[in-house]
Amino acid sequence: MKLQRKNMLRASALGALVVSGALVLTACGSDDNTKTADGSAKPSAAAAGDIKCDDAKGKLLASGSSAQKNAIELWIKNYMAACSGVEVNYKSSSSGEGIVAFNQGTVGFAGSDSALKPEQVEESKKICTGGQGIDLPMVGGPIALGFNVAGVDKLNLDAATVANIFNDKIKKWDDEAIKKLNPGVTLPSTAIQAFHRSDDSGTTENLTKYLKATAGDAWPYEAAKKWAAPGGQSASGSSSVAAQVKQVDGAIGYFELSFASSQNIKTVDLNTGAAAPVKASGENASKAIAAAKVAGTGSDLALKLDYTTKAEGAYPLVLVTYEVVCDKGNKAETLPTVKSFLNYAASDAGQKVLLENGYAPIPAEINTKVREVINGLG
Amino acid sequence: MASTTPTQIDTAPPVAKSGGSTGRAGDKIFAGLSKGSGILLLVIMASIAAFLTYRASIALSKNEGNFLTTFDWNASANPPVFGIAVLLFGTVVSSIVAMAIAVPIAVGIALFISHYAPRKLAAPLAYTVDLLAAVPSIIYGIWGALFLVPQLNGLNLWLDEYLGWTYVFDKTQVGVARSLFTVGILLAIMILPIVTSVSREVFLQVPRMNEEAALALGATRWEVIRMSVLPFGRSGVISASMLGLGRALGETMAVATVLSPSFLISGHILDPGGGTFAQNIAAKFDEANEFGRDALIASGLVLFLLTLLVNGAARLIIARRKDFSGANA
Repeated sequence: MKLQRKNMLRASALGALVVSGALVLTACGSDDNTKTADGSAKPSAAAAGDIKCDDAKGKLLASGSSAQKNAIELWIKNYMAACSGVEVNYKSSSSGEGIVAFNQGTVGFAGSDSALKPEQVEESKKICTGGQGIDLPMVGGPIALGFNVAGVDKLNLDAATVANIFNDKIKKWDDEAIKKLNPGVTLPSTAIQAFHRSDDSGTTENLTKYLKATAGDAWPYEAAKKWAAPGGQSASGSSSVAAQVKQVDGAIGYFELSFASSQNIKTVDLNTGAAAPVKASGENASKAIAAAKVAGTGSDLALKLDYTTKAEGAYPLVLVTYEVVCDKGNKAETLPTVKSFLNYAASDAGQKVLLENGYAPIPAEINTKVREVINGLG
Repeated sequence: MASTTPTQIDTAPPVAKSGGSTGRAGDKIFAGLSKGSGILLLVIMASIAAFLTYRASIALSKNEGNFLTTFDWNASANPPVFGIAVLLFGTVVSSIVAMAIAVPIAVGIALFISHYAPRKLAAPLAYTVDLLAAVPSIIYGIWGALFLVPQLNGLNLWLDEYLGWTYVFDKTQVGVARSLFTVGILLAIMILPIVTSVSREVFLQVPRMNEEAALALGATRWEVIRMSVLPFGRSGVISASMLGLGRALGETMAVATVLSPSFLISGHILDPGGGTFAQNIAAKFDEANEFGRDALIASGLVLFLLTLLVNGAARLIIARRKDFSGANA
C-alpha cells in the first residue's frame, strides 16, 4: 500500500514537472519568435549605425552624479558593443565627487546634477590647459514625489502645499489644503511623515530650486544641496528615502522617478496651473525642459529651467544633469573617446534610450548646440 | 587569598624588560625587530595624527561658527558654518543607551555560559554569540532599517505611555522609530559579542580554589558568583565594556542607515533626530568639497579625542579597583 502510494505520488510529480517544463519551454519559444518577427535586429542595428567610433581607443574613466547612472550605463553598454577595444568606465558616486575628480584631472569627464560654480570653473583652468570646464546638458529627468497613504491611489498637490508639507506646516493628510486639491478622494487623518535627504544632494537642490521659484512665501529657504527646513524625517541617499516611503504609512518623499517605478511607489501629480494636474514621467519632464534657456556663456550650455511653466502636460519638477568636460585642453589620449562617446550620447539614438528608461531627453534645439560644442572640443 | 595563583589577567603584558640577552644572534635580531616595530607603530600613529591635525586646522581657521556650540553642519557653504554640538551629544547618548542595554545582558550571557549552562549547550551558545561579531555592520543597518525600526513602534508607544513622565521617554513627534534610542538598541546588539566573550574568558579564569572555598562554606551557586566570580572579574568586565564602547562610539554604516539625522539636540530620545560623528562623516563625505572634507576630518579628530578620554578613564577605574580583585597578586 505504502509503496504503491509513493510510486503514484512520484509519477504524478514527474508528470507535473514534464507539463510545467513544456509550458515554460513553449512560452520561451513563442516569446523569442514574436521578437524576431518584430525585428529585434532593428534597435541594435540603428544604434550601431549611429555610433561613430572614429579614433576612440583605450580606457576612458568618468565619475559623478548617481542621478544619471542608469542612463550612462545604457549608453556605455551600447557604445562598447559597437566600438571594440574601447572601455568606458563611469563611477557613479555623486556630483560633488565627480567635479572634484574632474578638477584633479583623474577623469575624462564628470557627471553633475548642477552646473559648475565660478570657483570650480576657475579651478578647472589648471587641468584644461588653455581652456576651462564647461557643462553639457545630456540627461533630464523628473523628480517624483512618492507617497504612501493607505487607501489613496491618486494625489494632486501644488507647489505651495508641497512646500508646507515639507516645511512641517501641514501635519495631517486630511488637511483642508490637501482636500481642496483632491475633490472626491477620501483622505485619512494619518499624520504626514515627510522624508528628506540627510546627505547633501543635487536632488535636494533641484527640489528646493523648484519650491523657491514656485511656492512663494511657503518656502522661505535658499535652494541648496543641504536640506534647510526644520522637522520631518531624513534618510541617506535616494534609495533609502524610497525604502522609507515604501515602508511607512503616511510618508511622502522625493527621489528620481526610476526609484518610484522600480519599487511601485505612487507619485504625486503636480497642479501647475495647467488645465489638468501633470503626472511625473519622462515625456512630461521633457516638455518642461523644452522651456529652458541656455544660461552659460560661450560653449558652456548650463541651462536655466523655467519652473513656473504652465504648459499643458509639462512636469516642472525636473533635474538636468550635465557632463562636465574641458572646452580646450582635454587630454590627448582620451579626447577622441570623449568626443565619440558624448556624440553618441547626444545623438538621436542616444537620447531615445533615455525616454525608454524614465529619463527625459534634452530638447532638440539645445541638443543641436550640444552636438556642435562636442564636435568643437579640443 | 589567591597569592599563589599565577594568572595573566590585567597584569602588564610581558613586553620590554630587555634584560637577559644571551648574546646570541637570534636574540639580537628579534630584539631589534620588535623594537623597530614598536617605533614604526609610534611613527605611523604620530604622522596620522599630524596629518589630521593639520587638515583640521585649515578648516577650523575658516569656520564662521563656533566649532563646539554650533547646531549646524554647512561646511561647503560660503562662508562655512559648522559645529559638533549635536554630533557629540548624539554619539554620547546613543553609546550610553547601547552600554546600558548591552553590558547587563552580556554579563548575564557570560555567567550563564561559564557557570550555569550544561557543557553541551555552553559551547554552541558561545560560538553563536561570537558569530554576531562577524556580521558586517551594513547588514545590521539594513536589518535595523527594515525589521527593527517597524518592530520598535510598539515598544516606543509603551515607553511613552508609562515612562513619558521621565522626559527622556516622552515621545513628542509622530513618526517611525528612527531615533537615537533605536540606534542604541542596534549598537547594543553589535557590541554584545565582544563584551560577552571577554567577560566569559575572565569568569573562566576565576581561581578554582576561590569558588571551592566558597562552596565549602556552604554558599549557593549565586553566592559563589557574587562573592568570588564577580569581584574577581570586575576589572575584566570593565575592560570588556570599554572595548564595546569603542565600537559603539565609532560605528558608522549601521547608524547612518537607521537614524533619521537632523541638527537638533533633543532630550526626548524616542523622537527622530540627532546625529553621531561617524554617521555625519559618512553622510557628508560624498558631496563635500576639499574644505568640507577638512571640516569632517576635524570632527573625526574630536571623536578620536573622545575615545582617548574614555579609554583613559577606564584605565583609571581599573587601576583603582585592581587592588581589590584577586587578579593580581
